[in-house]
Amino acid sequence: MAVTDAVEERAPSPSVSDSLSADRITYLDGLVSQAKAAAAVFTQYTQQDVDRIVKAMVLAGLENAAHLAQFAVKETRLGVMEDKVIKNMVASEFVYDYVKDKRTVGVIREYPERNLMEIAEPIGVLFSITPITNPTSTVLFKCIVAIKTRNAVVFAPHPRAWRCCAEAVRIMHQTAVKHGAPEGVFSCVEFPTIPDNVYLMHHKDVAMIDATGGPGAVKAAYSSGKPALGVGAGNTPVYLEKSADLDAAIVDIIISKTFDNGTICASEQTVVIDDEIFDAAIRKFEELGAHICNEKETKVLESTVIDPQTGFMQPMAVGQRAVDIAQFIGLKVKPNTKLLIAEIHGVGREHPLSVEKLFPVLAVYRAKSVDEALQVCVDVNHAGGLGHTAVIFSRNDEVVRKYGVAINTGRIIVNSPGSIGALGAVYNDLVPTFSFGCGTGGGNSTTDNVNIYHYLNIKRLARRTQNHMWFRIPNQIYFNMNAVENVRRFPSQSTVVVTSAMLEQMGHAEIVRRHVAPGAHIHVLVIPDAEPEVKVIARAVETLVAHKADQIVALGGGSVIDAAKIMKLQYESPQADLQELAAPFLDLRKRVVEFPTQKANTARLVAIPTTSGTGSEVTPFAVLTDKASGRKVTLADYSLTPEVAIVDPQFVMTMPKGLTADTGIDCLTHALEAGVSNYASPYTDSNAMQATQMVFKYLLKAYQNPQDEEARSMMHNAATIAAMAFSNASVGVNHALAHAFGARFGVPHGRANALLLPHTMAYNAAVPAKFMPSPYTQGYVAHKKYAALADMAGVGGETVEEKVQRLIAATERLLDDLGFPRSTAEMGISKEEFEKAIPDMAKAAFEDPSWRSNPRMPLMSELVELFRKAYQGRNGVKAELKQ
Amino acid sequence: MNVAADKAACARKTALVLNVDEARMVSALKEAGDKLNGVASEAVLDFSAVRRVDAGTLRAMAELAGVAEARAATIVLRGVNVQVYKVLKLMKLTERFLFVN
Repeated sequence: MAVTDAVEERAPSPSVSDSLSADRITYLDGLVSQAKAAAAVFTQYTQQDVDRIVKAMVLAGLENAAHLAQFAVKETRLGVMEDKVIKNMVASEFVYDYVKDKRTVGVIREYPERNLMEIAEPIGVLFSITPITNPTSTVLFKCIVAIKTRNAVVFAPHPRAWRCCAEAVRIMHQTAVKHGAPEGVFSCVEFPTIPDNVYLMHHKDVAMIDATGGPGAVKAAYSSGKPALGVGAGNTPVYLEKSADLDAAIVDIIISKTFDNGTICASEQTVVIDDEIFDAAIRKFEELGAHICNEKETKVLESTVIDPQTGFMQPMAVGQRAVDIAQFIGLKVKPNTKLLIAEIHGVGREHPLSVEKLFPVLAVYRAKSVDEALQVCVDVNHAGGLGHTAVIFSRNDEVVRKYGVAINTGRIIVNSPGSIGALGAVYNDLVPTFSFGCGTGGGNSTTDNVNIYHYLNIKRLARRTQNHMWFRIPNQIYFNMNAVENVRRFPSQSTVVVTSAMLEQMGHAEIVRRHVAPGAHIHVLVIPDAEPEVKVIARAVETLVAHKADQIVALGGGSVIDAAKIMKLQYESPQADLQELAAPFLDLRKRVVEFPTQKANTARLVAIPTTSGTGSEVTPFAVLTDKASGRKVTLADYSLTPEVAIVDPQFVMTMPKGLTADTGIDCLTHALEAGVSNYASPYTDSNAMQATQMVFKYLLKAYQNPQDEEARSMMHNAATIAAMAFSNASVGVNHALAHAFGARFGVPHGRANALLLPHTMAYNAAVPAKFMPSPYTQGYVAHKKYAALADMAGVGGETVEEKVQRLIAATERLLDDLGFPRSTAEMGISKEEFEKAIPDMAKAAFEDPSWRSNPRMPLMSELVELFRKAYQGRNGVKAELKQ
Repeated sequence: MNVAADKAACARKTALVLNVDEARMVSALKEAGDKLNGVASEAVLDFSAVRRVDAGTLRAMAELAGVAEARAATIVLRGVNVQVYKVLKLMKLTERFLFVN
């Protein structure tokens, strides 16, 4: 604890300022007023201006280092003049060396790769409290830092050091103004008192307080309600570990503890020495000029230099020479004694010398083990030194790291003197300072060595970034009639063909079997043609293991292909936890759960779709049902995407009309939603538009004439092309609504999509009630994207609005022609039943991840409204379009 | 007094326009203050050539604002750059002047 606290601990309260005379208030107001004007004027200065002024001030500081040191010692009667000269020079030269090339005006740092720029804004008027222990060096330091950052400072030094500080302020101010700084940029309160400090701390024009002193000053600063840097007391533990270079360590400790008679609050207070080297260390201390106190002397020392009432050091000892302290308390020591050393056997009030002692008295403790040593250091650390400084001497890096983890201080100085080491830039690469941030342990806001960046408001100018996007699809896609022949291109020792019972009966599995590479062992695995179920997958994986499959050919609709994707995942990565992998995410690149990359087995997945809609053959999605828990698991990861897709229309020539319509509209929904998605890119747009054009041209033909090979083929391709779009651009609110509605009323996915599609198109084309935040899009373009899709669909129209309306109308006509029910009423769902279901469906739709890429952010009320429009059917669309 | 004469008097009163020279800002501001004490009810000070202001200028501007307020006159500052504007803002002087660009 600094001696400032002997005064400051008598806790000033704001009401103290009431005791100030009117004249005193006028005087203090005048200091702040001129500082305020100076700070305002200073905002116009350039980097070159401040650098020029700073250099001149630093030179003035160096020229006056001795003068100010002498003044400080004379006034305070503390410390060593020669050491104070060094401190003044460090505060000038070393601080300058750190700040000289740093930008503190305008743009100070740029991060072009992050599109970020940092811009400095001065703080304004600082009110600065400086200590008696390092008076002029602290003033020099703060003046240089303040000018470098274009701030003005009103100083209030310790009452017993104000004259030397005022002289330092005068020299700095005179030099700064001579070189162009605004008048009044620094001032110093004369005859400062605690009421002055309280008044200034609460002054409306003081922007920040920088209190370097004891806990009282720091606490008052933080309690003022102003932003504050409060930097206070310490109690530095030192661990002298057995592997240390003992000769060097003892010299470093003596240098540090005797520097300016121990007034730097980072200086060593208690040295914890390993038993193995304790005696040798003590001998070394003695050889180099320390007096080792015996038990009796220790008792005398404890009772005199530490206040028995408060447990804190006695101000009379602070900054005094060891011989003077010894003489004062009646100890007989050699005339050249540098240091008084006393052994302690514990830490706390019962061991008075374990506290901070800002004079050349050092406590030592003999530790029987590393653990004991660390514990005692932690005890010292917690006895008034939290957040400040600690020291270790050791050549054992493991112990050094352990110490660093155990000790809570802003600075942990290794194999060098604590006091000078903590100042930075002399013994290490710490930032040079005369203000040690002590973190929350010391009631401070920072653990940093305070310097220029603490005297700035740093503004971040963040330019919009264009995130990387992607377009990921299977390595190989084969299409057109008899494309299945390409299966033979892929070498395999063991192929498992996964299909449904019906497709096997139809002979489709046999067609595939014929085209597998010669020599491969082939096994046909029949699974239910329904959403894959956990148990089914588990049994299927056993089959893959049993046959040592190196290739899986999935032949079927979306369910079969999804099942094969999950089988492959579990076969290759048996440890994969499907529930965990299904964890929700907002951005694929930032997802919390990652899919496994280490594989126990590997197998190629060849997907051959037998419907023209889901597009599962090229998507990274798979849906799984766990009947035991009643949960549905949706997996999404590009590692699920099949390696090969074979889009062979021969497998869809016999697709029933209803399925043709359902899957065809699913395909159209994929294309339209991907087309207006916030994740859309030129890569996905081309696919979405192509698919839209093909659906409008061929779906009705395929529906009306199932044997039309061209129509079947084009619709089969359209489904894959649309899936390539939504695999990378995702879908939208229509899918979220359709999932919720389909699950609640058991309506097939394509049919549910069809019911909602015209309504969601109208919804997205209107001006949103709430825009969706998206870094990928510029402005709201959904209506324009629909217009472009309308052009591709060839529906005509001149204006954007007209094209959108025609696209919706064409979609409605297509739905009518395909025989879709156009309202929930037409599906046989009563109004009461539907209304009752709406709240749950809206909630489910809102929780569905599908809408996250929707161009318009759906509000819950809007989801409810969209469901109601679906109940109304065509009239709902008209109402939406009018909005 | 007829309307034409009234307008002419008004024109005379609002005719004060001063170009403020960075080298002699304080004297220019004092001159403006003196004229406001005379007949002018509005002064337009052209700051286009002023890159920076110092503490003395700020004091002179505060005094000029005081004179204008006492006379119910208006001071218009023209062409103030944003750095100077920010200084005036920090000193709470912007509310005492009108600004035109």
